[in-house]
Amino acid sequence: MANRSTLALIGGRVLQAIPSIAGVIIVTFVLTRALPGDPAVYFAGPAADAASIEQVRQALGLDRTLPEQFLIYLGDLARGDLGQSISTGRPVVEELLRRMPASMELTLLALLFSLSVSLPLGILAATRPNSWIDHLCRVIVTAGVSLPVFFTGLFLVYIFYFILGIAPSPLGRIDIFYLDPPKITGFFTIDALLDGDLDTFGAALSQLVLPAITLGLFTLAPLARMTRGAMLAVLSSDYIRTARASGLSRSTVLYTYALRNAMLPILTTLGMVFSFMLGSNVLVEKVFAWPGIGSFAIEALIVSDYAAVQGFVLAMAFLYVALNLIIDILYTMVDPRIGLEG
Amino acid sequence: MTDTTMTPTEGAIPILSIDGLNVDFRTRGGVVHAVRGLGFDVHRGEMVGVVGESGSGKSVTAFNIMGILDSAGQVTGGKVMFRGLDLINAPESALRQIRGREASMIFQNPRVALNPIRTVGDQIEDVLRRHTTILRRDMKQAAIAALDAVRIRDPEDRYNAYPFELSGGMCQRVMIALALACDPDLLIADEPTTGLDVTTQKTIMDLIQDLGRERNLATVLITHDLGLASRYCQRLVVMQSGEVVESAATMTLFTAPRHPYTQKLIRATPRLDSRLADLTGEARAAGSVSAERATTSAEPLLSVRNLVKEFDSGASTGWFARLRGKGTDATPFRAVDGISLDVMAGESVGLVGESGCGKSTTSSIVTRLLDPTEGQVLFDGQDLALIPAAGFALRPERKQIQMVFQDPTESLNPRFTARRCIADPLLRLAGMSDAAAREERVVELADMVGLPVDLLGRFPHQLSGGQKARVGIARAISVSPRLLILDEPTSALDVSVQAIVLNLLADLREKLGMSYLFVSHDLNVVRLLCSRVIVMQAGRIVEEGPASEILSNPRDPYTRALIDAVPHLDMDAANRLAKAEEPA
Amino acid sequence: MKAFLKHLRYVLTENPVTLVAGSMFLMLILLGLFGPWIVPYDPLASSPAALQPPSAQHWFGTDQLGRDVFSRVIVATRLDLTIAIVAVALSFVAGSVFGSIAGFYGGWADRIVGRVTDTIMAFPLFVLAMGIVAALGNTVENIVYATAIINFPFYARVARAEVNVRRGAGFVQAARLAGNSDLRLLATQIYPNVLPPMMVQVSLNMGWAILNAAGLSFIGLGVRPPTPEWGIMVAEGATYIVSGEWWLALFPGLALMLAVFCFNLLGDGLRDLIDPRQRT
Repeated sequence: MANRSTLALIGGRVLQAIPSIAGVIIVTFVLTRALPGDPAVYFAGPAADAASIEQVRQALGLDRTLPEQFLIYLGDLARGDLGQSISTGRPVVEELLRRMPASMELTLLALLFSLSVSLPLGILAATRPNSWIDHLCRVIVTAGVSLPVFFTGLFLVYIFYFILGIAPSPLGRIDIFYLDPPKITGFFTIDALLDGDLDTFGAALSQLVLPAITLGLFTLAPLARMTRGAMLAVLSSDYIRTARASGLSRSTVLYTYALRNAMLPILTTLGMVFSFMLGSNVLVEKVFAWPGIGSFAIEALIVSDYAAVQGFVLAMAFLYVALNLIIDILYTMVDPRIGLEG
Repeated sequence: MTDTTMTPTEGAIPILSIDGLNVDFRTRGGVVHAVRGLGFDVHRGEMVGVVGESGSGKSVTAFNIMGILDSAGQVTGGKVMFRGLDLINAPESALRQIRGREASMIFQNPRVALNPIRTVGDQIEDVLRRHTTILRRDMKQAAIAALDAVRIRDPEDRYNAYPFELSGGMCQRVMIALALACDPDLLIADEPTTGLDVTTQKTIMDLIQDLGRERNLATVLITHDLGLASRYCQRLVVMQSGEVVESAATMTLFTAPRHPYTQKLIRATPRLDSRLADLTGEARAAGSVSAERATTSAEPLLSVRNLVKEFDSGASTGWFARLRGKGTDATPFRAVDGISLDVMAGESVGLVGESGCGKSTTSSIVTRLLDPTEGQVLFDGQDLALIPAAGFALRPERKQIQMVFQDPTESLNPRFTARRCIADPLLRLAGMSDAAAREERVVELADMVGLPVDLLGRFPHQLSGGQKARVGIARAISVSPRLLILDEPTSALDVSVQAIVLNLLADLREKLGMSYLFVSHDLNVVRLLCSRVIVMQAGRIVEEGPASEILSNPRDPYTRALIDAVPHLDMDAANRLAKAEEPA
Repeated sequence: MKAFLKHLRYVLTENPVTLVAGSMFLMLILLGLFGPWIVPYDPLASSPAALQPPSAQHWFGTDQLGRDVFSRVIVATRLDLTIAIVAVALSFVAGSVFGSIAGFYGGWADRIVGRVTDTIMAFPLFVLAMGIVAALGNTVENIVYATAIINFPFYARVARAEVNVRRGAGFVQAARLAGNSDLRLLATQIYPNVLPPMMVQVSLNMGWAILNAAGLSFIGLGVRPPTPEWGIMVAEGATYIVSGEWWLALFPGLALMLAVFCFNLLGDGLRDLIDPRQRT
């Protein structure tokens, strides 16, 4: 009974993501067609001659009306066809899929790092106002959002690679002396472990640590800030006063009552944090020459490989919509009031 | 006389004994002495009322007894002895054992005092698990029994409910169940009925009283409402700015109040037979009004005919959403269901009912802030309902109908000075573009409502509640309206301020010859100002007639329940209570 | 006004951090205005003394073309601030107008504005900015537009929410009774009360806008060499980090960080300053 209504709520959430997806598709379509000048020229790339431009025009249906073009675009998307990358000469989808695990591995580890630091920090700061940890939290929070992520990355490289020499050179996912682990999940660390190859695991992890910390540092600040703020707000609420007046133990008050309620605004912030993260991912990948989809997009931008850039934007947007969907579903499961609004 | 001051348990050891308590608060403006030299005792089986207006330190006292004062507050002296244990110096771990098990507390605003994302049953079980040795498998039964004890119907169903699924009154019952689940000896009730409807208020207070008697509880009732306290408490402690000014048995306090503040408070609390002039104790101008005086003409100034207002129940962003309550079904909700009423020129009519009865919707339509679904609003013979509310602000008729709002704080723009608030209608409606003339009129108005002229340059947050109410009234009468709607104008004010504001309103009506439509939930207050009263329930008028007649002889059962529920200073009730508690 | 100055003094003395941030802000503005005239070297002039570490002659050292890093960092202030300020101003105005209309009138206006903001927010914002610049063309103006577009939802949402909670407030109803038209209500009664949260949003967003613009030029969009700009200078210096020439990237990065830090601190101070409820 309760399960079925939860499922219905989750279904409702999935339906609510449809307008976002539609919006994303329309915006990316408009972005390609609103180009000043001839889109076919852009898509054919800078080195194209008149014949190949004409060929691209035909392929993209650019000689037809806009609604027809939109339908063709939808059809292409449905078939998973994002066009050809001019710089590599292969389908954009293939390129993105090949590089996606690298980006995902980096982003997930960064998220793990960020959450495992920011949540305890925010909670401790909120429960001990004006203590040293509260002050530390405030400094980290304000300084953290002020750090340009590419700048942090560079200086971590300078300190840990150039000066201390404990980090490997910031070039890619694994040192050139090692072979890539056999591909199972696409995550080098996990694949190496599955393969039982601890050396490779260590090598992959050591490459991963600095970029993940760089990315994590940037997202740590908004999360710690929100955790602290939400905990402070919840701790001064009437129902916490009730819980204290009922003599409930400190841990019950703090975790069962306060933290569960504070999770709601924190989850909301997490959506924003994902946005920051996917964006900064591009910068971090450039700094560490990380072979993910961000680096791919930057290379494509430089050579005006238009289909590749559009494919990248679309892929990132879909990924982000999916992440938000997960957050929404988590939210629905924590907050019983959500069902009423649906 | 001295005999009646004896409490029934005199001589026995009090369960709670407070002596010489001082509490300071550290604020930006320096140290505030929230409580000074407080002392009183509470015995088993009695209910002691701690009464005071806002800022008197009564809630701080309650939090302090439970040791849940927030970190800005600090006890700087005195003792709180609970069953021989000094609560102030007791370690936190000992206090945690006492809270919820031996001493419990219930709060105002029960809907936010419960954890919003935890079921009612779980919240009760949390307390049971903490303080009792009930086995896990019996836990649910014990929680349901606790709900049953506070007379919640279908406790098995309520066990799985979340607070947002319950009404305010029901949430307060759950709070009481939570507080009494572990059978404590002391219950502290901090304004337990504030924010609830009057009829719900009565059932909640009756419940607290019954349970207290059943379980021989010592109860401390903290309230701003002297009427409420007089009805339920054997002894009263009156507080003013952190100090106890008087402490005596309820009957003694009423028949022979010693302290001037107590006298003022008793005077200002409306009774069944009090007249407006009694509230402030000052002699009113000769020939002063009473509500009964017939200054009214036979011509209706306002005639409302068959007024209907429906709201969509779907997702709406309307600012009336709050009035719709929880109804989310698809059929439109009828807030006002075909009512007709008249207000004669110069007459003062009361519109009474509980929240959600449609009285505020009606007043908004009459004020032309809201369009009716059907019906006529005839003002001086002209149907104002034909003019859409959206454009009414720019019509000449706008001057004729003005309103005094419920919350004086919320109804003043925080970025406007008092002067600018009062001058705004003069500029927009009276067309007084000359600054000097406007200033002259503002000063005249301030004088009329008794607002010191030097306060005109202040912002709302620099004014007291009473001063803000005066600004609101001055603004409303600035363009000399013929009809003034009073939307619960005193419900956010302390009783002593309420007394002054009511008198001011009566004076102004006499002086300016306005008609009043007084919207309120409190029949006792309405009666003071209005000759005729209309009672609304669920969008309809259930009874209508002269105020004195309705109060003394209500025909409709709902009106009777409403009159019965409104707490007022009732000597008979206090007397009965005193007798009932007399030891055999 | 006197009360305002008194409150200003209170805020500054109560919270010295705000005072520091305020002075930093003032310095940034001055550098932005007069930077090109006070620097010791021409920021574009190369010299044979390439890759010199910081010295008395070149405080921040020289870059790979022998240009003075100090001069380049100072001169870049104007461009970086201009991009951020213009972008934020654009989104502030657009967000205020559309957000207020959506919050005040509700209904269709609200749904349309809500749909637009939701669609923008459906993208990771920096990625959307990349897409916009790539589509509109790789110029500085388009960096400004892209930054303005990705900032718009924040302003529209704050304005919408703040207007919406106030449109039914007692003081707004009272103003209606005083004969104010809807538009006047919105402009004179509601919007001034919405301004404080909007200003806090501005100062918090300004830092973010600077970061975004610098991020875009870091990956090679918008600003092109040899124009001095912090993001691109860090990008150029990045190559030399692994060989130990740290000053190329450090100083522009530090300037960027200080500017953002200054705006973020100012945001907190500003909230105290313009919230009249805190003025006692």
